[in-house]
Amino acid sequence: MSRRYYGDRFIPARSSIDFDLANFLLVGSRSQSQTRQEKTDDTLYRQRLSALMTMRNRNRILSFWSNPISGDFQTDLSDFAEKKPSKGRRYIPKSAERILSAPEILDDYNLNLIDWSSSNYLAIALSHRVCLWDATNGVGFDFMSINGDIGPITSVSWAPDGQRIAMGMNNSTVELWDVTSSQKLRTLQGGHQSRVGSLCWNDHVLTTGGKDSIIIDNDVRIRSHHVRTYKGHKAEVCQLKWSNSGKQLASGGNDSLLYIWDRSLASRWLHKFEDHMSTVKAIAWCPLQSNLLASSGGAGDQSIKFWNAQTGVCLNSCDTGSQVCSLLWSKSNKEILSSHGPTQNQLTLWKYPSMAKIAELTGHTSRVLFMTQSPDSCMVASAAADETLRIWKVFETPEVAMLTTETTYAEPFRNLNYIR
Amino acid sequence: MASRTVAKDIITLKGSAAIVSEFFGYAANSILYNRGIYPEESFAKVKKYGLPMLLTQDDGVKSFIANLTSQLSEWLEAGKLQRVVLVIMSKATSEVFERWNFSIETDSEVVEKGVSREKSDKEIMREIQAIMRQIASSITYLPCLDEPCVFDVLAYTDTDVAVPFTWVESDAKLITNPQMVKLHSFDTKIHKVDTLVSYKTDEWEE
Repeated sequence: MSRRYYGDRFIPARSSIDFDLANFLLVGSRSQSQTRQEKTDDTLYRQRLSALMTMRNRNRILSFWSNPISGDFQTDLSDFAEKKPSKGRRYIPKSAERILSAPEILDDYNLNLIDWSSSNYLAIALSHRVCLWDATNGVGFDFMSINGDIGPITSVSWAPDGQRIAMGMNNSTVELWDVTSSQKLRTLQGGHQSRVGSLCWNDHVLTTGGKDSIIIDNDVRIRSHHVRTYKGHKAEVCQLKWSNSGKQLASGGNDSLLYIWDRSLASRWLHKFEDHMSTVKAIAWCPLQSNLLASSGGAGDQSIKFWNAQTGVCLNSCDTGSQVCSLLWSKSNKEILSSHGPTQNQLTLWKYPSMAKIAELTGHTSRVLFMTQSPDSCMVASAAADETLRIWKVFETPEVAMLTTETTYAEPFRNLNYIR
Repeated sequence: MASRTVAKDIITLKGSAAIVSEFFGYAANSILYNRGIYPEESFAKVKKYGLPMLLTQDDGVKSFIANLTSQLSEWLEAGKLQRVVLVIMSKATSEVFERWNFSIETDSEVVEKGVSREKSDKEIMREIQAIMRQIASSITYLPCLDEPCVFDVLAYTDTDVAVPFTWVESDAKLITNPQMVKLHSFDTKIHKVDTLVSYKTDEWEE
């Protein structure tokens, strides 16, 4: 049977198959295999790998953004849901909704001391103890405290189920506690050599980043929890964020580097971004557009940069004029909130992609080190070295499906759908 | 009279780009009407391609499509546009229900050298008419869109294209396990446009 006989292959839609690419991969790549044996250079391998991986992306995909249209025929019946083109500015209160005191909070740029759970509890690490604040009824209480030789607590992260909380310690261990029973579930140790300043959950895997510049994936269900190591940073890893799909990990370090790691690539990094001028602490994946990542550097950098994590292209860079400590995206529309340091210590809300300032929220009297978002994504909590924790109402609620009210128009051929 | 018809048969790059972007404008309107994205009262009939075509009267949508088609026309003249996708998504969850894929093959010789081609206008109109009829009849097999939907337009371009700020880098908004139906294509001898609709498999069908 000759190679050209494709007789028993069923090709359902020829137009959606890229025959040029298929042909190249079958035929053309063979002639290049000799060069691969000549150089087993790390960079060459990675270049070819990225070329193959981005082969499908040799075009750009652009989406028209001038007027995101919504079906406006429903605005009579709906309560005042925004009609995008002609909507007026929504009111964003310039001062905090609530101010809570956070005594003894550590003034360290490289740590992550607050987190808001899916069960609506706000956890804050104050030196050697962790306090929980129930956001539903506004009640705060001490959760646990640790000994002096283990602590202080250097990072806090709720598990996706909102019942368990992980805490990174100064002595390089990570403790996992259950909130409902107030019990310690386990201690992860032996991985890091110095304090664990950043944590991020990806389902049942807890990824930890330490001052020893190593990132470790820990599967919390099994005994030997250390499943994967990521080496690349040269200084403290101060931020870890998994993408929405859970396939890519963005890590920022004190060495001004931003790495993107991919689960499918052994232990090599997918992208390494050196554009920032100082510690990359603020990292956030856009919930609405996959592959869009925002990152920001510290006092020496002051810019917010946007990346396409798939192609590794820097889409935009915006100078903010002050140190950026943290970034959060809105879940309902393309807005991004950044928290700053001196002199204004404000939170700035930007519209993406135009990077127009929508609002500036002031109140903190020292740099706003930590920010986290509520589970319903409208409220943002920020903590600063001025020992206060402030809750702000910033984002819009994501629109809920209006299934019941759409009876004003009749879909023309609804009953005819299944005619065959 | 004979010379007039001959003159009409010559297609230039600009002319072809205009035909394709105009086609896209009408096709988009037709899809919006037939899929019920906007209420039928907001559409008005015009005669085009020998068929009664429906165009939206809503100012927002009209200007959206007008801006869109002018940009597409620009990219087509530069030979940088590879395909255009009209994506229909749920308004609430942004889940993609349908993807109307128009892939474009450009004759690069025309873009580089500026030659023109010959094809009868009537022939092209006939081909477009066939596609329009197919879009209208597609509602017989496309699953019902129960919830309010919005649409978005994606353009696949070459990497070296200049992007105005109204266009933003996006992901492909693909559908997992789609059903695909290939519709007719039309060819102006400079641009060949293939139409494909892929839709989310309805759970009721096996």
